[in-house]
Order: sequence, then structure tokens, then C-alpha cells
Amino acid sequence: MKKTLLACLILSFIDFIYAVNDDLILEDKFPKKLSSFSFFQDNSAQFPSDGVLPYELISALFSDYSYKQRWVYIPKGVQASFRQDEVFDFPVGSALIKTFYYPIDERDLNLGQRLMETRLLLRKENGWEAVSYAWNDTQDEAFIKKAGKTILNEWIDFNGDTRSVRYRVPNKNQCKECHANNDAMSPIGPKARNLNKVFQYSDESINQLTKWMKLDFISTVSEELNTPVDWNEKNYLLDERARSYLDINCGHCHSSSGAANSTGLYLNLTETREKHIGIYKKPVATGRASGNLKYSIVPGKPEESILLQRMISTDPGIMMPESGRSLSHTEAIELIEKWILSL
Amino acid sequence: MQNLLLITLLVISSLSLSSKQVVLGPSPDSQEEIQEALIDLEPGDVLTLKSGEYFFEDGISLDVDDVIFEGSGINETILNFGSQVSGAQGLLVTSNGVTIRDFAVLDAKGDAIKVIGADGINMVRLRTEWQGGPKETNGAYGFYPVESKNVLIDGCVAIGASDAGIYVGQSQHIIVKNSIAQYNVAGIEIENSFYADVFDNIASHNTGGILIFDLPDLPQQGGHHVRVFRNKAINNDTDNFAPEGNIVGEVPRGTGIIIQANSEVEVFDNDIYGNGTVNLSIVTYGYETEDENYNPHPKSIQIHGNRFGEGGFDPDVETGELASILFALSEGDMPDIFWDGILPTSQLILGQPDNEKLVMSNNGDATFLTLNPIKYMLPFFDPVERDIAEYDGEIRPLPPVVLN
Repeated sequence: MKKTLLACLILSFIDFIYAVNDDLILEDKFPKKLSSFSFFQDNSAQFPSDGVLPYELISALFSDYSYKQRWVYIPKGVQASFRQDEVFDFPVGSALIKTFYYPIDERDLNLGQRLMETRLLLRKENGWEAVSYAWNDTQDEAFIKKAGKTILNEWIDFNGDTRSVRYRVPNKNQCKECHANNDAMSPIGPKARNLNKVFQYSDESINQLTKWMKLDFISTVSEELNTPVDWNEKNYLLDERARSYLDINCGHCHSSSGAANSTGLYLNLTETREKHIGIYKKPVATGRASGNLKYSIVPGKPEESILLQRMISTDPGIMMPESGRSLSHTEAIELIEKWILSL
Repeated sequence: MQNLLLITLLVISSLSLSSKQVVLGPSPDSQEEIQEALIDLEPGDVLTLKSGEYFFEDGISLDVDDVIFEGSGINETILNFGSQVSGAQGLLVTSNGVTIRDFAVLDAKGDAIKVIGADGINMVRLRTEWQGGPKETNGAYGFYPVESKNVLIDGCVAIGASDAGIYVGQSQHIIVKNSIAQYNVAGIEIENSFYADVFDNIASHNTGGILIFDLPDLPQQGGHHVRVFRNKAINNDTDNFAPEGNIVGEVPRGTGIIIQANSEVEVFDNDIYGNGTVNLSIVTYGYETEDENYNPHPKSIQIHGNRFGEGGFDPDVETGELASILFALSEGDMPDIFWDGILPTSQLILGQPDNEKLVMSNNGDATFLTLNPIKYMLPFFDPVERDIAEYDGEIRPLPPVVLN
């Protein structure tokens, strides 16, 4: 009897430790330490707490070759609801958690990794709020960095070359630069269409949307999802791959409701008007970033297309996206170059 | 870090109990200190930067409503972005009811001060400058409010922008006054905007002094109700150093004022002289567009009571088409005021409604040149017309802009 009681006590204690701190998600102020939220049972290993579910996107934003691991948390008893072509409408108390890291050596992931930051999007009563926590050198805690932080990092890439990056943890305002949609903060990635793929969970391999339904995270999704292709998957059509890349990397700002709508350049997947996709579109307030070129995209002529030249540049007055990138994305540049040649 | 913050950060409780003033001085951690202070401001607060030079590697931004961000003088508090490695502008403001005043933003890699989507932005006694003089590698805009309402630019100085020193785009209810724009490609540019008063400014030594433009395929277009008065658009004599592709890249060196594709524009009581190509031109948007909602023609333009001086003495035929066309048409006798005469096809046949006609009165002995499009299309007619008196008419003053 005593033993059972003790076991119960220990169990409930464990449960207490590993449960996400629901109240903290809703509070006005952010805690100094990431661990206060209890999203992870083990910080260094990035092992999630109960109810914190990993997910992947079909096509992801380029962030200076960093790797990303994503988790979603939805409080018990409430659900996210499906919206066509939009991110799920997550209930108050939800959290989206994304850790950025570099492997020590991309050729052998078992050699370990260096955690850079964990970004949170928290669904509070009045909407989403963003905050980032930068990992310490000992990699056992991450601390809030409202004003952002610069981290110098080196890693060995697939070719065995040592690469270096001046990695920027964004400040709170920079989060909004990308995440503002019609002036309200919003997640970008977790649209049903971006999640519509099989994922290897710890217990099973299954489509992520099916898993979310099994867990009662959501109750329904549409049959017509306009699922994008993985831009990096060469079996798909060039046009689909290019538009998919531009959608996830540019479309959150470059859409008629995004932060860059004043440019008239709309790169979201649902845009169909050639001029607004950039074809023979003159720059508006581009300044020197036009690089002496006349149009965003000149079909067949990548070297005359402003869009590609701004992807190539690492000059802050020229490059796109404006933040979150300090290196050129060589593989994507090749893709967009081929795409413009094919137009 | 913490100690430094404690030393340099003074929190003074001001009159109101809830609002506070934060004062910072230069330090090796200015980037982080200032950015953090800007994030931590609450409505009603003031962030003051003491005299001195502050160095930044990244852009800084402000996203809190109803705050003041100030320095201690246009030459005293210097925000230096010469070593910037990230951020598309020096300072970005995205909130409402903000006043920024009394500092300088130097050598930003992109734009110097950008304000996007704000309702209520006061930019007072600020300076934006690229110190190396006019260069193609300078940032595009000094002052760049866009998609904003109730925009005040007062007592500012803009030098060296490779596009426009003061650029207001896709905005409404705008006052630009008491400011100086020099050595930019465009001094002051009002683009795709409604209800703007531009007065008591000096636009000199730019490529073009004051530009009132409208472009197609944008969320806000059909610029209208712009008053340009009591300005000096003088001695604009800097070669065009804008990178190609930009609309201002077409502006010839030596342009005083250009009005393009706007309606209800009133230009009066200005001094316009020393502009080697043309003191004032009124033109149609010169490119094909499929945008059906776009009107490429200027209409309801009133030019009166201006003082024109020497102009057209050194036309820049190398840049764009305007100067060379004008030089050919005028056979070297360049006018003070040029209108391209292009009208919508229907108006060529049916005539222009009276309230849309160009009116020019009391401009001293200003000379004029326009093209008669009908004669232009027919053989044996000289399409060039020069009689400014034909455009004399009653002025219908536009209402002044009132900011909320």
C-alpha cells in the first residue's frame, strides 16, 4: 500500500515536471529562460515533453543552412481549425516551437550539433506573439534575446568544407517583419498543405494530418489542399519546385496582404498574374538593389532578372530576404536560374 | 553588459506616472542597448540618445505606438551605419503615433529611415546622409514613409540618396516642409499618394528637385491633391547616379519639378531656376501598362504665381528621353515649362473637360512648350506650340492638408 502511494506520488511528480506550463504561455511577460515553459524534458537533447509533437514542412524557409526542428503544442481539450490556404487557426494557449541548429559535420550527424536559438510563437488571448531564446555555450539553457543576438558559428558541410556563418537571432520586431499578415502576427509554416506528408514519429510512420486528427489536434481538413512540392525534390516539375520555393521563402511578405505588398511583387503560390509574379515587372522603390536591371524577371534571362540577383547578393542594401539570411542559397539560386531560363 | 546598462541607462520618471524617459549614451553595446530600449518602450515613453556617435552593424526598429525617439541634435546625435552587415535600412518604424527627432542617420546600406504602415509619423529635425557624396552605391531613400497616413516631415535634411532624399509612397495626408534635399537623384518625391502639401523646402543640387509621380500595378495609385508651394527648386545640377531600372533613373540632370500622371496638383509661389534641362515638366507615364485601373495622364494641373529664372541652358541628353526630345522640339530654345500634350484618345476627339485642363497663370515671363498631338500626327504641321497665354485661367485653390 505504501509502495503504491509512493509510486503514485513519484508518477504525479514526473507528470508535473514534464507537463508544459500552460499558464506561462498566456502571461504578458516572457520568462528569461526557455526551460520555464517545460516544452522539453531534456533541453540539450531537445527531447519534448508530453503533448509537444514534432512536425515537418514540405518546403521550408532558407535560414543560412541552419537545420530546424519544429514542434507544436495544443492544450488538452481544445482544437485547431482548418482554413483553406491559410495556417490552421490554433486555439488560445497553443505554441509553435522551432529550434535552429547546425550539425558539427553534415556528413555524420552523430557527431552532434550546436543549438543556436529556439523561436516561439505563442497564441495568447489577443493573438500571436513571437519571442526567441538563444542557447548558451554549454547548450543546457536558452535565454531570452529581445534585441536579437549575433552568433558566429562554423560547421563542416556535405563536401567536407568548413563553412562559417554570422548567424543572427532576430529581435522581436524582426519576427513581425515576416510574420505580420494584415498587421496581425501569424504563423507561416503550418498550413494543412505544408504538413500533408508522412512523418516518422517515435511510435509510427504516418501522414502528419492523420496524426493530428488521431490526437484530436484537429477534426477535419479539406480534400483539396493544393499541396506544394518539396522544392528540393528533383522529380517534380521545375515550375512547381520554383514556385514552391518562392512561396515559402518570399510569399509571406510578397503577397497582397503581406508586409511587402507595396512593391506589387507577389510570390505566393496562389498568385497567377504574370506581371505580379515579376515577369517584365519594373521595380518600384528598389533603389540600388535593382543592380542596373530593368525587370524583376526577364524570361530566359536570369542574368537580367532582379529577383535572382537579389537572391545571389549578400549586401544588406540589396539582398532578399531582408533578414534571416547572410549566406547565398546556392542550390535555390540554381533552381531559380533554371526556372527563369525555362520561362 | 548589465553594469554598463546600469551606468548608461537612466530612468527618469516624468510628469505622468505611467510614462517614462529612458536616456542612453554611446557605448560599445549601443546596438543591443538601443534596440532593447526601443522594444521595451511603452506608449507615452520617450527614448533619448545623448550627444555622440553610435555605431551599428544591424538595422534597428521601432514597433511601439505613441512614443518619442529623440536625439540631442541633427549634428550632435549620430547614428552611424557605415559598418552595417544586416538589415535593409538603418531605422525602421512600423507603429502609429511615433515622433522621431533631432538625430542623424548616416551611411545606411539600404534606406536610411523607413516607415511602413504607420498612422501618424512625425519626422522632425532629422538628417539622413551618405557622406561620400553622390554615388550609385548609396542607399536608395533618406526618408521613406510608405503605406502610411498622417505623415509629417519637418525641418529635415536629406543628402546623397541614390533614389530620393525624401520619398513618400502610397500614403495619404502628408506634409513635407522646412526641409532641405541636396545631392540626391530626386530631392523630394511624392509617389502614388493622396493629399500632400510640400512647402518651404529647398531642393537644390539634386538631379531633379521635386517629383510628383504615379506608377501602375500598385496597391495604391491615382495620386491626387498635391500642393507644391513656397519651395526653392533651384540649381539641380548633379548627374543622375541612380541605378538603371528605377523610375528616377530616367530623370535628366537639371530638372526643377516634374509632375507625372497625377491629378489635382497645384504648384504656386515657388522659386524655380538654375535647372539646366527644364525648370518644370508635366508628363505622361511613358511605358506601356496593362493595368486598366491606371491613368497615365496628368490632369487638373494648376501652375501659378511662380518665379522662374534661368533654365534649359545645359540639357542632359544622356539620361532618359525627355531632354533629347525637348531639345529637338525646341530647336535648342528650351522652355521653362514643358507639357508633353498627350491626352487620352477620347479627349483628342471630344476635347478635354474644362476642369481637367492645364492652367498656368501669373508665372512672370516663363516660357512654355507643348505638343499638339493632332498636328503631330498630321504631315505639314508644326506640332510645337509655345503660347503660355492660352492656358491662363481661373485658379481653383486646393484645400490645405490637415493632419490628424
